[in-house]
Amino acid sequence: MKPEPNDVVLHTVTKLAAVIIFTFSIDLFWAGHHFPGGGFIGGLTTAAGIVLLYLSFDIERIQTNLPIDYKKMAALGVLISVATGMGGMIYGDNFLEQAFGYFDLPVFGETELATAVLFDIGVAFAVIGTAITIITSISEDEL
Amino acid sequence: MSFMHFIILLPFIAAIFIPFVYKKWNIHLHTGWFVIIVPLFIFINLLFQIPAISNGDTIFLSMKWIPSLGINFDIYLDGLALMFALIISGIGTLVVLYSIFYMAKEREALHNFYVYLLMFMGAMLGLVSSDNVLVLYTLWELTSVSSFLLIAYWYERKKSRSGALKSMIITVFGGLAMLAGLIMLAMITDTYSIREMIASVNLIIESPLFIPAMVLVLLGAFTKSAQFPFSIWLPDAMEAPTPVSAYLHSATMVKAGLYLLARMTPIFGGSAAWFWLVGGVGIITIFYGSIRAVRQTDLKALLAYSTISQLGLIMSLLGVGSAALYFNIGNAQEVYAVAIFAALFHLFNHSTFKGALFMVVGIIDHETGTRDIRRLGGLLTIMPVTFTIALIGSLSMAGLPPFNGFLSKEMFFTGMLHASEVNIFGLDGWTILFPIIAWIASVFTFIYCMILLLKPFLGKLQPEKLPKDNVHEAPFGMLVPPVILGSLVVLVFFFPNLLAEYILKPALVSVIPTVSTGNEVFEIHAWHGFDSIELWMTIGVIFFGLLLFFSIKKWNIAFRFFPDKLSLNNLYNATIENMEKQSASFTDRYMTGNIRHYLLYIFIFITVIMIGSLISFDAISFNFSSTGEISIYDIGILVVMVAAAMTTLLTKNRITAIVSLGAVGYLMVMLFVIFRAPDLALTQMVVETVTTVLFLLCFYHLPKLGKRLEKMKFKVTNLIISIGVGLTVTIMTLIASGHRLHVPITNFFENAYELAGAKNIVNAILVDFRGFDTMLEISVLLIAGVGVFTLIKLRPKGSENDEA
Repeated sequence: MKPEPNDVVLHTVTKLAAVIIFTFSIDLFWAGHHFPGGGFIGGLTTAAGIVLLYLSFDIERIQTNLPIDYKKMAALGVLISVATGMGGMIYGDNFLEQAFGYFDLPVFGETELATAVLFDIGVAFAVIGTAITIITSISEDEL
Repeated sequence: MSFMHFIILLPFIAAIFIPFVYKKWNIHLHTGWFVIIVPLFIFINLLFQIPAISNGDTIFLSMKWIPSLGINFDIYLDGLALMFALIISGIGTLVVLYSIFYMAKEREALHNFYVYLLMFMGAMLGLVSSDNVLVLYTLWELTSVSSFLLIAYWYERKKSRSGALKSMIITVFGGLAMLAGLIMLAMITDTYSIREMIASVNLIIESPLFIPAMVLVLLGAFTKSAQFPFSIWLPDAMEAPTPVSAYLHSATMVKAGLYLLARMTPIFGGSAAWFWLVGGVGIITIFYGSIRAVRQTDLKALLAYSTISQLGLIMSLLGVGSAALYFNIGNAQEVYAVAIFAALFHLFNHSTFKGALFMVVGIIDHETGTRDIRRLGGLLTIMPVTFTIALIGSLSMAGLPPFNGFLSKEMFFTGMLHASEVNIFGLDGWTILFPIIAWIASVFTFIYCMILLLKPFLGKLQPEKLPKDNVHEAPFGMLVPPVILGSLVVLVFFFPNLLAEYILKPALVSVIPTVSTGNEVFEIHAWHGFDSIELWMTIGVIFFGLLLFFSIKKWNIAFRFFPDKLSLNNLYNATIENMEKQSASFTDRYMTGNIRHYLLYIFIFITVIMIGSLISFDAISFNFSSTGEISIYDIGILVVMVAAAMTTLLTKNRITAIVSLGAVGYLMVMLFVIFRAPDLALTQMVVETVTTVLFLLCFYHLPKLGKRLEKMKFKVTNLIISIGVGLTVTIMTLIASGHRLHVPITNFFENAYELAGAKNIVNAILVDFRGFDTMLEISVLLIAGVGVFTLIKLRPKGSENDEA
């Protein structure tokens, strides 16, 4: 086993960059409804940030600080998407019938809330979960 | 379901219970005793139908099966059906009785045997009584299947299995042909009922499908009834237990084809094709069967060929008699109707004496352990009863008085002589061949009957050659069925008109509906007077038969000039072998296991079909009126993209290929940007990055061994095909984009903000308008992820070297 390299610069930059990447991806996600972006891109950029963490630190440390089972996350994402589709059915609409409305919320002022965003959360979860599952299982494979 | 339906279906019902009976009571009592009740009950019930049927009545009973398709289990009982049903159930009873003594209680799997036998019996009864052609076909195939099972009853023997397979292949081939013929008939007449088909016979005669339907139906009948050249399965089917041979392969199943012919005669009869096909094939079969039978050394094989010959006899009579329908009325009709009458009479007689003969051979086999005539001899004093039955049976088969075969053989000659006078279908001169061939075949029939009678029973007993010691007469129960059949043979000779009145004449009316049976030509007489030519033919048969029989050793050499290689059996075997070889080599040729080849097929077909249909529909036209402006950026990106693609193709180095492929991907991103698709551009960029990384990962892990950095091999075919596919797709795209048939539905999605509250149309489409697709796509993604995970994590460790 090689001694752990002392990548102080990399670690520091990664910590900073990760925050920026996550912020950017959340922005991409939220903007999706009105501007380019959405669940898929948001999910992928989030995954990219996590991969960057994996690259600069070792897998175990990330796993302890970010204890997420990405397979479950992917499954959860698909479940959320299907569930939002079922939501429309409860109100007697068709499957995947999306609804939106404008609400006056205390802090945000007049805000548009749409069930499509819930659906997009499902998409994002599925994308993040799948991407990380594929990458970690390939990288953990000893050849 | 009427009582008659119950009677017909009784064997099937009984077959369900036989295994239970066997498990419970077989140790105490042979299962056959329970089985025998079934055919006996059916036989007795059918006997009660005789008075009504002989009065000219018919019984029609319907039972719904698939009424919406017009398929019902309709029973139509007329003279012909009743005659067959009586033979089936009557001989069935005797065969079951015989099998009780033939099949050992302890050693044999009797539950299998009797279930198959009952299945066969039910199928056969249903076949002859069904009015619906599709039901008839169903039961026809069921007789094939149950016969297959019975032939391979001793399935541990190789010969049984191959005999069963051969009979299955041939009879099912014919059965399927027959199905096609019957469907044609149903198409012409728009009914599945045989009676209604006969009623609308004019439609059939005028139809262009008349000849195809006839030939196909005939194929079914010829294969089932072992006519030339489909007769080869019958000798091989002799591997079955002897009761089965006696029942299926002499008395019943092989007569299913004859039944079909008789049933279809009112439809097809009266045409020249039917006359020549049925009569001609029949006469060839008599000749072929009788000559082959003389050569056999196995008693059952001899009987098999004799059955073939006798079936040919009946067949030729049916063919000749069909001319009666041409005349339709009057004296000329009766002249030919006599042939049909003779056919039915001989059919009945053959069932009696051939059944008896098979049982005799079974007894000899059972008591001595062999059926080879070269080993047998001198059984006369040991088995007097068996000999008597053999005498009756074989002399009847040879056509001597005082046995029923004499009567039908005389009528056969009469029929053939009438056939020689046929001048209605053209070719009048040729019909003289009918009586000549028939007479020669009869001489050979006489010879093999003598062999059958004299070889096992006369001469010296050679105990050292026999597998069993202490040879003795068969047990009483085993002798009862052949004795009954033998007495029938004699009784029918003395009282033929009783049989004719009650059984044969109603059957004749079923075949030739317009005939009047009151006429005296249908009286059967044993004595025709010295001036009748038939009598002299019979005397000639006996004279030449005896002459040839005693000189058999001298002319037997002649058979050597007929090499075994030319036999039909060899032809069949070679055909089957060749078909297997050819299909194997054909499959080997294109199923190479090489994915490259399969891709070649796929791409060639795509190209050929696409371009072919474009050309054949005359669809190649371009329309560039709606094409947009081409900017300098488009051209620039395209040039670089083509360069990158060419690099991918032509590079030596895999890394270069991966990187240039990545370049193509990023250029695609730029195209998306230029064509104003920001979402696509973003996604494409990230996805391209990920795939490139994965490619690099694959490259890194390539096995060290055999890794050669060499240029891709150049193949002209690959180049041609890839250019072809590229051209096809390009042409298709250009044609399609130039010919928009409908206004695009983009306008609807432009209302995304009002409808979905979203300013990003793409996202609105993805999550709202067409959210279903997205849902399934993320499911695909999940499946892919789980797939990668399982492939890597759940791989059996340590076996990599074995797999590689």
